[in-house]
Formats: sequence, C-alpha cells, structure tokens
Amino acid sequence: MEKISFRKNLLDRNLGRRAVLLGVGQLVLVGFLIRQMRELQLQESEKYQLLAEENRIDIRILPPVRGVIFDEKGATLAGNLENYRLRIIPEKAKNPSKVLEDISTLITLTDERKSEILTEIEKKKSYSPVTIIENISWNDFIRITVNLPSLPGIVPEVAFKRFYAYKHFFAHIVGYVGEISRSDLKVISTGNPILQIPDFHIGKVGVEKGLDPLLRGSVGLSRHEVNAVGRIIRKLKEDPSLSGKDIHLTVDSKLQEFAMHRIEGFSAAVVVINLETEGISCLASSPSFDPNLFIEGMSQDDWDILRNSENQPLANKAVSGNYPPGSTFKMVVAIAAIEAGLIKTEELINCSGFLEVGERRFHCWNSFGHGDMDLIGGIRESCDVYYYNLALRVGIKRISDTARKFGIGVLFPLPLSGVSKGLMPSKNWKLAQVKEKWVPGDTLNSGIGQGFVLSTPLQIAVMTARLATGLEIKPTLVKAIDGKPINRNKKRALKIQDSTFSLVRKAMFNVVNDKKGTAYKSRVVDEKKILAGKTGTSQIRFITESERKEGIRKNEDLPRSQRDHALFTGFAPFNKPKYAISVVVEHGGAGSSVAAPIARDIILFAISGSIPKITAYPIDQRDETDAILKRIKKAIHL
Amino acid sequence: MHWPLLFLVVVISCFGFLMLYSVAEGDFEKWARPQMERFFGGFILMIIISFVHIDFWRFCSPFIFLVGIVLLIVVLFFGDYGGGAKRWLEVGPLRFQPSELNKVGLVMALAVYYDWLTPAKVSNIFWVFIPVVMILVPTALVIPQPDLGTGTLIAFIGLTIMFAAGVNYLYFLGGLLILPGLLALIFYSRGTSWQLVNDYQFGRIDTFLNPGNDPLGDGYQITQSKIALGSGGLEGRGFMQGSQSQLDFLPYKHTDFIFTTIAEEFGFFGSVGLLLMYSVIITFCIISAMTNKNKFGSLLTIGLATIFFTYFFVNISAVTGMAPVTGVPLPLISYGGSAMLVVLGTFGLIQSAHIHRLLKKD
Repeated sequence: MEKISFRKNLLDRNLGRRAVLLGVGQLVLVGFLIRQMRELQLQESEKYQLLAEENRIDIRILPPVRGVIFDEKGATLAGNLENYRLRIIPEKAKNPSKVLEDISTLITLTDERKSEILTEIEKKKSYSPVTIIENISWNDFIRITVNLPSLPGIVPEVAFKRFYAYKHFFAHIVGYVGEISRSDLKVISTGNPILQIPDFHIGKVGVEKGLDPLLRGSVGLSRHEVNAVGRIIRKLKEDPSLSGKDIHLTVDSKLQEFAMHRIEGFSAAVVVINLETEGISCLASSPSFDPNLFIEGMSQDDWDILRNSENQPLANKAVSGNYPPGSTFKMVVAIAAIEAGLIKTEELINCSGFLEVGERRFHCWNSFGHGDMDLIGGIRESCDVYYYNLALRVGIKRISDTARKFGIGVLFPLPLSGVSKGLMPSKNWKLAQVKEKWVPGDTLNSGIGQGFVLSTPLQIAVMTARLATGLEIKPTLVKAIDGKPINRNKKRALKIQDSTFSLVRKAMFNVVNDKKGTAYKSRVVDEKKILAGKTGTSQIRFITESERKEGIRKNEDLPRSQRDHALFTGFAPFNKPKYAISVVVEHGGAGSSVAAPIARDIILFAISGSIPKITAYPIDQRDETDAILKRIKKAIHL
Repeated sequence: MHWPLLFLVVVISCFGFLMLYSVAEGDFEKWARPQMERFFGGFILMIIISFVHIDFWRFCSPFIFLVGIVLLIVVLFFGDYGGGAKRWLEVGPLRFQPSELNKVGLVMALAVYYDWLTPAKVSNIFWVFIPVVMILVPTALVIPQPDLGTGTLIAFIGLTIMFAAGVNYLYFLGGLLILPGLLALIFYSRGTSWQLVNDYQFGRIDTFLNPGNDPLGDGYQITQSKIALGSGGLEGRGFMQGSQSQLDFLPYKHTDFIFTTIAEEFGFFGSVGLLLMYSVIITFCIISAMTNKNKFGSLLTIGLATIFFTYFFVNISAVTGMAPVTGVPLPLISYGGSAMLVVLGTFGLIQSAHIHRLLKKD
C-alpha cells in the first residue's frame, strides 16, 4: 500500500515536470512568434509601410486643355471643340444590355456597336467606364441627360477634341494632333507624366508639332485612396491641370484663304512675307488636305490616296519643296559680280543664243540670242548667256557666299514640319557628295539657278525680302504667345552697297513694268501698288543636242512630270515695299505666264487687305482677271 | 473558478469585438454584434460546463471521442465542401467542423485512459500502442478530407498528452527519427501515381516557401498580410486606420487573417500584447494542471491548453509567413460561431477541472 502510494506520488511529480516542460516549450515557440513580429514590425517596418502606401494611393492624371492657335487678327485656326459623349459604368448599370437597348430608342446605335460595347464591358473591370458613343449632337446629349433617371450607369460627358475651322487652308501650317505613337516616344521626353494619359493627343505635324510643348499645357494630378479592387474611396489631393498656351501666328487667314483659292488646281506654293514685321503672312501649299480627317479618323483608302497622290497633298511645299530657283537666282549673281567689281552696269555682253565652254554649248532660253545686253537688260529679259559670263567671272565661291547672305541654302528655324535647307553647292560639297570635281559647267548652271542649286519657296521669298529692304529679314511665324508679343531683334542691314541694291531693284522693276520685261503682262497699274519682281522657269530635265536640232519639244507636249517649274518672286509697292512674295507652280511651264499673274493677285490682296480692285490691272487684262477674282470671291467666305 | 483565467478570456474576446468592428469599417452590425451574441451564448455554456462535476466529464469522455469518430466518417461520406475540402457538417442551421470536436474528444479520451492506466504501465509497449491507435484513427480520417493541417494538429495534441502522461522519452525520440523519413517520403511521392498528399496541399507548401512567386494568387494573401503587419510598426496606425484592412487588401480579414489588422492598427505593442495574454492563459493552465490532484483533470487541462496553443500559434505563424496557411482561426477573436463555441467550451472544461482540482478520484 505504502509502496504504491509512493510510486504514484513519484509519477505525479513526474507529471508536474512534464507539464512544466510542455509549458516552457510552448512559451519558447511563442518567443519565436514575437521574434518574427519584431522583425516585421520593427526592423522592416519602413519597407512595408511604403508598400502599404503604394497599395493605397492611386494617382490619376488630369489632362490639360490644349492651347488655341489664332491667326494674326485673332481668327481661330485650331480650337477645341466640345465632344459630347456617352459612357457607361457597367457596375451601376446592373444590366448593361438592357440599358443599351433603352438608350438606342433615344439615339441611333447599331446592333454591331452594341455588341462591341458589351464585349468591351466584359473585358474591363465593372467600375471602369466604357465609351458608348462620341461626338453626338447637343440635342441627343440633352435628350439622354433628361432621361438619365431611367438609364442607370450612363454618364454623359463633355470632352474636348481639336477642330480646324479652316480645314485644308491651314493644314500645312497648323498641322494636326494625334495619339502618341511609339516612334514619338523615342523623340520626345518620356518622363513627362502627360504622355501617360490614355488617348492623349500631341502635335504630329506643323505648328501643332513645332510648338507642342507650349500648346500641351501641364497635367494636373489627383490622388485617390483606392481599395483592393481599385475602387475610389475618397479624394486625397488634387492639383488642377494648366491649359496650354495660346499662340497667335503672323499669318493672315484671309490672305491665306485667298492664296489657297488662287492656286487651287495647281501643284504650287506661295509665300508672302511682311517686310515690316518679318512675319510670314501667307504660306500656301496646294493641293492640301483637311486636318480634321486625322482627328475624326479616316479610312485606309483615304489615307492611301493622301499619301500616294502624285501632287503630294501632305507635303508643305512652301518650306519643304526643293526647286531650282532658275532665273530668280540671277539677282544674287548680279550682286555678287557688282560687289566684287567684276562688271560695270553699262558693260555690254553679246548673247548669240548660246555660250561655248570647252566642248559644251550652254544655251540661252532665247535660241535666237538677245544681242548686246547690259546688267539691267540681262535681268529684265532674263538672258542666260549674260549670266553664264557673269558666273564664270565671279566663280562659285562668291556666288555661294552671296546666295547664303540672301537666305538660299539657309535653314530657317520655323515651327513647321519638314523645313528644308535647300542646297547652295560648293566645290567641296560636290567632291564629298557627288564624288566628282567641280567643273566650269557647274558654275555656269549655278549662275542661272540651275544645276545643283535648290531652294524652297520660303528661301526665295526671303531673298526678295532682303533685296527689297536691304535688311537681313528673318522670317517668323509666331506673333504672340498667350497674348504676349514676341520681341524681335532689330533688323540688321546687309553689307552690300546701296547703289547695288537700287540697281537690282531697278532691274526687277523693269522685269514687270518695262515692255521688254518678261513679266510685263503681270504689271500693276495702280501707282501706289507697283510690283517689281523676277520670273523664273526652272528646267528639270536635260535637253540633248540632238533634241535641239530636231526642235525642242514644247512644255505642253511633255509628260507633266517633265515640264518646267514656273516661278515668280517680287515685292510691292515698289517705292515703299511692304510685302515680298514667291510663287512656285510645279510643272506649270513659264514663270512669266503662270506664276507672275498669281503673285500679282496675291500681293495686291495682301496690300489692300481684300479682293484687289480691278482698276489696279491693265485695261486689256481686266475681263480675264475679273473672272478669276469673281470666282474666288464666290468661293471664299470672307 | 479560476477568476484571472476567466477575466483574460473575457478581455481577449472584447478585444476581438473591437477588431471586428474595425475591420467592418465601423459597421457594428456586420460582424461585431453577431460575434457578441455568440460569445454570450458560449459564455453561458462555459459557465455551465465549469460547474458540472469533473467526474461527469470523465464519464462522458469516451462517448465524446466516439461521437467525434462517427461524425468524421459521416463527413467523409456526406460532408459539404468548403474551401476545397470536405470538412463541414450541416445539421439544420448548424454548420460545423467535426474535427474541432475530435481534438477535444481525443484529449478527453486520452486523459481518461491515462487516469485509468496504472502509472507503471505507461511506457509499456502494449500500453503505448493503444493511445497511438486512438490518435491515428481521427488523424487518418481527417487527412483525406483533405486536411493535412488539422490531421497533423490532432496527432500533435495526442502526442502532447502522451508526453505529459509520462511515456518514456525514447518513444518520442524514435518518433522524431521517423518523422524526417516520412516527410521525405511525402515529397518523394510528388508527381508519382502513389502521391501521398494532394496537389493543392503541395501548392500551399510551395506558396509558403516562396510567397513572392505568385503575388496575386495564393501568395497574395501572405504578401498583403506581411505588408499589413510590417506597416503597423511599433505603435500601429491607430484604431480603424489600417489601410490594408480598411481598403480590403487583406483576404479573410475578419476570420483567419484578423491578426494582421491587430498588428497593423496597434503595432508591435498590440500584437505582442495579445501574444503575451495568450501566453499567460497557457501559463495559468499549466499551473492549474500542476496543482491538480485529479489526474484526469490535470491531463485534460494540459491537453485543452495545448489545443488553445495550437490555435493561436498556427494562426499567427501562418499570417506572419512562418508556416503554410491552414485555415485555423485566431481563438476568441476570429469571426465564427463554432470556433468560439469550441474554445469557450474547452475553457469550461478547464474551469471544471480547476474547480474540482482538490478532489481525488476514489
């Protein structure tokens, strides 16, 4: 009995010991838990706090309103149109397909579109809105808004979209906007949060692109607290967006519209520069396109037509078209020769219709020859042989230097797309690019603005602007930003003698106003608006000797792509120049008959600010001119 | 009555109501109120159980054990699926997991067994074999539900009682040697035709070993849970200020993962404070068991305390990423009726054992 009791006590003590062991064991394990908590909550707390914040806060970007582009006088060239659209939040709609059925009794919605919307709804999260329809009319918008109580989940919204009221008249200047593409992102700064806005539009072409950073504005940010499924719980903070800057251009919308009408049907470009402000008043390129097509979306076919059309409606020929300046270049050669003292004004050079250099004959446009020519006569009648001789005397170096002084071969920094530098060749250039030595023939060709010389209509207009003023005119397109005018540096005088300028100007006066002048038919009879200028017919094919013998084919007989370009550049009024103009009509034929009349109409419009009065035209041309002007007057909405 | 123990149980439960109110974002009706009602019912049950004589419980023990086994068999054939496993039993409005009953039943049965067994025979191989079978039967019935976690816990709880009862250390040592071999065998079987555990169980083990691998899948729970715990810091983000739980980043935030909200909103102080309260409960139970003159009561207290320990230990190690997620609630705090009832019931038994601790079996 005693023994058993003893053993039992022993085992009871044993149980107590085991219980303590178990208790201690469990507490040790709790210790492990505490150690883990210490690690998570004390040592790595910062890291986890950051992760919790990332979880919690959803940053949304508020898109800014794009700056408006105006013309010189405040007409809206690129504005923002309210886009009334309907969106649906599936979660609130409960039964989206029924709501869509209901809504289609109020507005037109095709079954195809309905099923598109329903598939999109399935793809997205139930709280994210899906667009039903865009660009609906105000009446439809109101009708939906009134019926909202019976249309659960429908959200009528007002968004902005770009609208170009002048359509194709300003397409090349203003350009258009579009969604950011992958190639855009390579060029523009990627860190900008604005570019992460879904379907955010940036400038793709023209001023929209050139001044995009100004027009864009800056994004606002809203910080929302969101829950695990991304639903917004509350707004934490909001920095509103800043609208883009408004831009006033130097372009006169009326003049531009007139010019576009005047060159309608041609593949042509016109540049008008205001000599006082240096602003480009008109920059027309034909044919053109409606930039709104890029906003609304166009079919692949339309796009193919635009892109592959022979006359390249997408190209801004006024700044990116490279043309041989032809005879319009002769003033540059004349100035180079006079300034170098290599020709006297009265010195006569005989033109027999051609000049032989080495074994090659260089022909004058007048195969019968001009006879004895002085400097003024050489410009007036555009004698090629005279300028072959001059070019040989002066040499390509002096010609190039003078041409650059006048803007030929110079890149003007304008906020436009595809602005070309043109090409003013030199001996080194030919060696490097053509891998041939410069030959005297190259100098001869350059002397009449042919050969390697290439210029844009803008450069030719700048050349004339500088000739007319004697000042270093630098063309500009932007008049004011957000209403603040851009400060212009004082115009510098060109380092050329006044006498040289007056001589060349007199020659240009004679081109238009002398009976022997190549553009005599395009003279202005209004004493206050006298036009001076120079024609040019730039040849774009080589005429072989054998062809000459058989008789040169007339332009009209050639396939269009081989016909000459017609050029004219001028300034007016002659005694107090206000505008300089250049006109290039691709494959238009002779500058005198095609380009000069266009230039006269447009520069007269620029001076008078409206359709030119018929009294400014010579009597015998009034009927013909009146018909053209009336046609434009009818088409224009001034 | 062990008043300090009773007091702690009430304090922890009240803390639980507070947390349920917080995770419901201030909605008292959602979880806090039903939980309080259940607690009230469970509390009354606990008090009643406390005052029932310990001999009655000793008498009931084998039956409770057997009822548990029968229910397990019923679940195996008629149980409902829930969370990928067949472990729920529905009787009228009641829906419960018999495996919870099995834990208690096993503890009671083993306590009766060792109370009955002459101490000298405890380490005899035959008398060791019998409790091993008693443990293996419910374990083997739970694992195919499939519920590897609960099966393991049942085995662990059973072994704890055998240990407390004084079974020779060498048996446990031997068991420990067999265990690695068994684990190796389980992993070795993966992908073979005789695979020992289900794919989803392997998946959970994978997730546990590397939660970052699949942040929006299984690992999402652990990752979000750790973010909540870690962002609590020393002092926490304040009551009802935890963004992880308030904004629904936490899965099962009112049930298995409620500890993360405690840690997020009350920080290190809150989480360790709760752990210390749990530890004090364990300590109270161990002391009560040691002072118990009644062997049945003593072993019962140790066993039930171990059940309680496994609850919070497994739960917290899962949410802190130390162990795989097994779906064990945080005792007295997690929302849920049957768990609350079982836990309060066990405290009733512990109190009954404590109240009758001076009575020796005659």
